[in-house]
Amino acid sequence: MGDYRLLSTSGILGYGYPEESLERGIEMGVDMLGVDGGSVDPGPHYLGSGKTLNSRLAMKRDIRLMLRAAVKHNIPVTVGTCGGAGGEPHLEVMADIVREIAREDGLSFKMATIHAEQDKAWVKKQLDAGTVRSMRNVPPLDAATVDKAERIVGCMGSEPYMEALDQGALVVLGGRSTDPAPFAACAMRAQTDAAPAWYAGKMLECAAAGAWPKGHDCIHVTITDDGGVICEPPNPIRRCTPASIANQSLHENASPTIFQEPGGVLDASDCAFEAVSDRATRVSGMTWTPDDKYTVKIEGAELIGYRAITICGTRDPVLIAGYDNYLEIVRENVVQKAEALGVTPDKYHLNFRTYGRDGVMAEREPLSDSPGHELGILVEVIADDQESANAVLSVARVNTMHNDFPGRLCKEGNMAFPFSPSDIECGPAYRFNVYHIVEPKTPTEMFPIDYEDVRG
Amino acid sequence: MPKLKDIAVVCKSKNAGPFELTIDAVFGDKETFDKVHATGVICPELFAKLYNVSVDDILFTVYEPGLAFKATLPRLVSAGDLGDTDVYGAQQHGPLIEVDIPI
Repeated sequence: MGDYRLLSTSGILGYGYPEESLERGIEMGVDMLGVDGGSVDPGPHYLGSGKTLNSRLAMKRDIRLMLRAAVKHNIPVTVGTCGGAGGEPHLEVMADIVREIAREDGLSFKMATIHAEQDKAWVKKQLDAGTVRSMRNVPPLDAATVDKAERIVGCMGSEPYMEALDQGALVVLGGRSTDPAPFAACAMRAQTDAAPAWYAGKMLECAAAGAWPKGHDCIHVTITDDGGVICEPPNPIRRCTPASIANQSLHENASPTIFQEPGGVLDASDCAFEAVSDRATRVSGMTWTPDDKYTVKIEGAELIGYRAITICGTRDPVLIAGYDNYLEIVRENVVQKAEALGVTPDKYHLNFRTYGRDGVMAEREPLSDSPGHELGILVEVIADDQESANAVLSVARVNTMHNDFPGRLCKEGNMAFPFSPSDIECGPAYRFNVYHIVEPKTPTEMFPIDYEDVRG
Repeated sequence: MPKLKDIAVVCKSKNAGPFELTIDAVFGDKETFDKVHATGVICPELFAKLYNVSVDDILFTVYEPGLAFKATLPRLVSAGDLGDTDVYGAQQHGPLIEVDIPI
């Protein structure tokens, strides 16, 4: 085989990238175009609600340019973790955008959609079989937790992508996937070794985040015949240096050298990084050790209630000096008054987030005893339903403003509210409740594929 | 005595998945990195103290190719859960950045 060349357009589809970078990247020679579509990083809301992370307009702009190039040059295009969370609604939005572009631009191609949402009965069967493990720092999974999840997705590896490409798909839209998987799949299908294929995937998934200066931009990666990985940003203002590439593996990883992927472990402990030009860096020496048992991570999110918030601030030194006592008084009053409305304390959580004291680090804040001269307070209520959340928040706002406290001089009000109305209804709130490892019989068992001839 | 913020080129935190936080300090040249390494100040025990967690809960890596030190530790609550203050985990590096480095 010869070199295999991959181009990733941005860290997440919809973040945007310069059109010239894509054009330059293609001139450098490419065998596939790819982009990661999501992450767990923006939190559980997207998986829980089924909403997309980025706007439809932003995703459409980013994928349109890639589709045009893919059809023109007859090279595959892959999107991993479509729509931000890679569940069914996210995949549907993405497929719909692709069909729309095909119609508008007169593009025809075979499209594969790889589903990642999991049947709860299947997950519970894995529980019964005793093969479900927790990720670090995650409690064990039980059937009740599975039932509570709004949605559970499996994080697919390279094999479903390889199958879709084998079936002749030019456009492959994946549900939840490990970030490097679509890139690694394309490379391994072209007979590269697993180690450089997965390493290339790690560098491609965040696109120009591994370049200096960082930015939402494209990255071009070549896997050479002898197993090296050369990273070079098409945009001439950016460079991939040995340091920028080495540091990229720190990003969002527990370890900078050991990466568990479905089917094996990528080890970059002995990697060598060498500049091949002032803008390109070659990495070599990574290894891949296949696992005895194929494993897949599953992710789920459950509803924790409905949120309402208000934002206010104080610069009263008496209040700030007795702040904890003041909060306690407010809290007691809220409990009483909410109860009078029929909302008992077991039906909601009341939380005061205090910026200027410990709003960023909570109990890990070492300087919480020396608050600033003014404090910003985010009053938050999460209740079983939105009406209760709004009602309790309203009570909390009034009491935060007007409650008396020892030594009080600011008799007209304790807080500065920047807005009218001051109460904000936030809708449903979620938490990750499934973050576990399962052992499917085959790498593709959890990820069925649909094919469609899209005609423009 | 310099603080870490005076001699590092990067000091950052971020989620490593929704249940863990990872904190990195990166130095700009091999000489500084080696000097910092030799002081032994950046170690699992430091992170245990700064973030009030058990040393056993810290995954610590001295990453020479990146001239970096990395510590991964449990989040207080998972990203976005009740009471979470930092969904991305991007602002938890404050205690580390102020640490004195005796070089």
